[in-house]
Amino acid sequence: MMKPRLASVLAAACGLAGCVDHPMSYLSGAAGPASAPVQTLAWGFVGIAIGVVVIIAVMISWAVVSGRRATRREGDVVHRDAHGLGWIYWGIGITVPVLVAMTMWSFAVTREVSARPAGPALQVEVTGHLWWWELRYPDATPGNIFSTANEMVIPTGMPVRLDLTSADVIHDFWVPKLGPKIDVIPGQQTHAWLQADRPGTYLGQCAEYCGLEHARMGIRVVALAPAQFAAWQQAMRAPAVATAGHGAQVFATACSSCHTVRGTQAGGILGPELTHLALRSTLAAGALPNTRQGRLDWVGNPQAVKPGAQMPDIPLSPADLSAVVDYLGELR
Amino acid sequence: MAVNLSDDLPMRGARSDVVADAVDQPSRSPNPPAIAARLESLWGEAPGFKGWLGTVDHKTIGLRYIVTAFVFLIVGGLEALTMRLQLAQPNAHVLTPEQYNQLFSMHGVTMIFLYALPVLSGFSNYLWPLILGSRDMAFPRLNALSYWLFLAAGLFLYVSFPMGAAPDGGWFNYVPRSSQEYSPGPNIDVYCLGLIFLGISTTVGAANFVVTLLRMRAPGMSINRVPIIVWGTLTASVANLFAVPALSVACLMLWLDRNYGTHFFDVAGGGQPLLWQHLFWMFGHPWVYAIVLPAMGLVSDALPVHCRRPLVGYTPVAMSTVATMVIGFGVWLHHMFATGVPVLALSFFSAASFIITIPSAVAVFAWIATIHTGRVKLTTPFLFFAGFVLLFVIGGVSGVLTASLALDWQLTDTYFVVAHLHYVLLGINVFPVIGAIYHWFPKFTGRMMSERLGRWTFGVMFVGFNLAFFPMHWLGLAGMPRRVYTYAPQMGWGPANLVISIGAFLFASGIVLFLINVVQGLRRGAIAGPNPWDGPTLEWSVPSPPPVYNFAVLPQVASRHPLWEDRLQESDQRSVFDRGFLLDNGRETLGVTPLDGEPDVILKMPGDSLLPVALTVALLVFFCALLVHINWLSVASGLACLAILAAWFWPTPDTVATEQVRMYE
Repeated sequence: MMKPRLASVLAAACGLAGCVDHPMSYLSGAAGPASAPVQTLAWGFVGIAIGVVVIIAVMISWAVVSGRRATRREGDVVHRDAHGLGWIYWGIGITVPVLVAMTMWSFAVTREVSARPAGPALQVEVTGHLWWWELRYPDATPGNIFSTANEMVIPTGMPVRLDLTSADVIHDFWVPKLGPKIDVIPGQQTHAWLQADRPGTYLGQCAEYCGLEHARMGIRVVALAPAQFAAWQQAMRAPAVATAGHGAQVFATACSSCHTVRGTQAGGILGPELTHLALRSTLAAGALPNTRQGRLDWVGNPQAVKPGAQMPDIPLSPADLSAVVDYLGELR
Repeated sequence: MAVNLSDDLPMRGARSDVVADAVDQPSRSPNPPAIAARLESLWGEAPGFKGWLGTVDHKTIGLRYIVTAFVFLIVGGLEALTMRLQLAQPNAHVLTPEQYNQLFSMHGVTMIFLYALPVLSGFSNYLWPLILGSRDMAFPRLNALSYWLFLAAGLFLYVSFPMGAAPDGGWFNYVPRSSQEYSPGPNIDVYCLGLIFLGISTTVGAANFVVTLLRMRAPGMSINRVPIIVWGTLTASVANLFAVPALSVACLMLWLDRNYGTHFFDVAGGGQPLLWQHLFWMFGHPWVYAIVLPAMGLVSDALPVHCRRPLVGYTPVAMSTVATMVIGFGVWLHHMFATGVPVLALSFFSAASFIITIPSAVAVFAWIATIHTGRVKLTTPFLFFAGFVLLFVIGGVSGVLTASLALDWQLTDTYFVVAHLHYVLLGINVFPVIGAIYHWFPKFTGRMMSERLGRWTFGVMFVGFNLAFFPMHWLGLAGMPRRVYTYAPQMGWGPANLVISIGAFLFASGIVLFLINVVQGLRRGAIAGPNPWDGPTLEWSVPSPPPVYNFAVLPQVASRHPLWEDRLQESDQRSVFDRGFLLDNGRETLGVTPLDGEPDVILKMPGDSLLPVALTVALLVFFCALLVHINWLSVASGLACLAILAAWFWPTPDTVATEQVRMYE
């Protein structure tokens, strides 16, 4: 962890750079032990890099000035100066120890962030899809297993172990303020862990090019205090409170072949599970806010919102559309 | 731009002080009219279109390489500018996602495959025989073939672009995104076949360079006297012979997966998506060094001329060139740090990636020492080379950051890497190349480029470049991923992206100034004479532009700096220009022993030939037929290739065991 004084200096520098407003920056606001050591390393390495570039820039300028001076002094003559090789010996002599120190620091941090944390951990199974995230919370009791999409809720102060795979192409799960990137690869499982020590919403995004809508495959991690998390978990485990209106009928005919709503007949598995959709804050992997207007835009014309998305434009009458959107808003 | 070109007419201030009275001096290498006429008739190409198509002159081929590569640079640059319009503001709609994806893929493919290596092959093709003291490359027809294949493969890679079906999987083309299932169109087939096609060009070109170095040098041009560009291109060529097969095989496997149902990369059939990444980066990382080491060689040879002294540390720089490439074969996994490969294995690659900095640092300190201990002339080439050293260091240290496993887990696939790779590829390739064109333009054309416009060009390019690419470091640290066609305003990336787009257009206007300077130089540049910069190496000992046979009398070399020997006074021996082998019994040049450069055999060189063009056309038809699945045509064109190769390898009867060797006294 960072020393408090260093942290405050960095925070001040960060404020000057304006990065407080950058939800994906990993130079500020690292929220847990899988990201904080890397944030310190990043500042350290960036500092060294700037130092090296400044020193070399000064050396080049000095070399040009002295080379020009020699031209004025001696004129256009060709000869070899004997002192040249000293530059290489000194340069390499200074470079190598710096490089070795950087390597050691890097290895130490790598070990710190890649080691599995001790103690109990929450497990979440992440599956990448074109272009959204499926999140499954496994449990020893089958009835307690539930799935959601694009918004991962975790408890603060507890390591979260991620088991990741892909249903189609390679994606990359990345929430910069909580932990490292990890590729999501079909046919195999990769693992990572992250942790948030402070409550809040942390943004992430797919980081491996995965086709048309790679740019809009967002992920949100919401960290709640343990008690609130337990309440959320309880709510998610329950089936949907089935409402039997016109919207439910439209959903059953138009949407249920792709989407699941537990507690109803809808059991499709191609699209995200929608059992508690109204608890999520965005739609379509962060493309729209989960408001009534957002749901209208998305369900009414998904290909206009996110061209190429797997959800087709479904022809619905205005009345049907309005009813199904209201139904979706009731899925708490 | 605010440059008043009319103020800058040549003959009036355009000539630099370096030119001095060089124009009036005869070339060091004698070129007596009677012998010149005879050699001209032996070596000159046939008149008209047939000669144009059939020429095997390495200088013509070299210039064709450079010009073609520059055309591709401009095409790739226009693609980049279009993308910068889209990214200048958040949530812009200049391009559709599919258009953006095709543009960034073709931008990468174009710049990396069709510009960066070919332009350096062009320089090496032009310069090698001249700086090594020979009359041609080892295999002149193979040389012509490698150019025509490059041109044909480049056109092939663009064949589907007008139909809106260009490769869209990135230059790295990861599976399964690029498998039949997720990319059913012709896009990826064009990529696979195009790169196999281009790989033939690269391979034959590399083999030609290796054999040329070993056999085609002036007497006395021992291995420790060859200029650094030769070390750079030799290293790159040997590397390409080992690296390119990995890509060609990967592309063939993917093409089979896509068209014939094999399962090399298909998860459902037991295939492995990561296998593609391993094969691609086993090729990809050595390739990255192959497209910078020859450019570093250009600087190592040309910068000292403008510092009026030999390069500091020839041996360390030559050795570090080779060392970079050897280590360069052991770092490919640093492109795959986030793939979940065990940390222990990745750590080796992380350590190797730190170590590879050291040979690069040797070169940097050698260049700075050369400037510091020399007598600097602030010429346009010098400005480009000195600017290059700084850009090289910026690209180098950002590379050290990505070598760190833990830090790269944040950095990889962000704009930080985009910044790094552009500092490396533009900084270490484009800046040296432009500087080298200013330096060797008088040799290519016999005319000087304008120094004044050249300084403007450098200033605009340098400022534009840093404005365009430096903020990308910050953007990457602020979390912007690569290869995104747009971004949301609340991410806070908008202002930096706007600055970047402005910088990109400024940089492009610098390139326009450069092109204006080239055209102006060609039409009205001051006459250069054989050695306008007073350079030390053999290419400056012949007239500008050089005669088609290069040297009427083959020189005998006694040091690394044949034209500076009297001034350096480092040994009693002197290179000899005015007597030596006069090989005029047909198209002849000298073969030497590989290490010491002792005269060994007289080589009978082939003349103009339409076989390279014919083979290229047959191969182009072959690959097009494979692309569109016309089986009879692919069989027919394949047979045509074999027939052309049979004609190519048909034994020539005029080999003789002994020959009267004429010497020129």
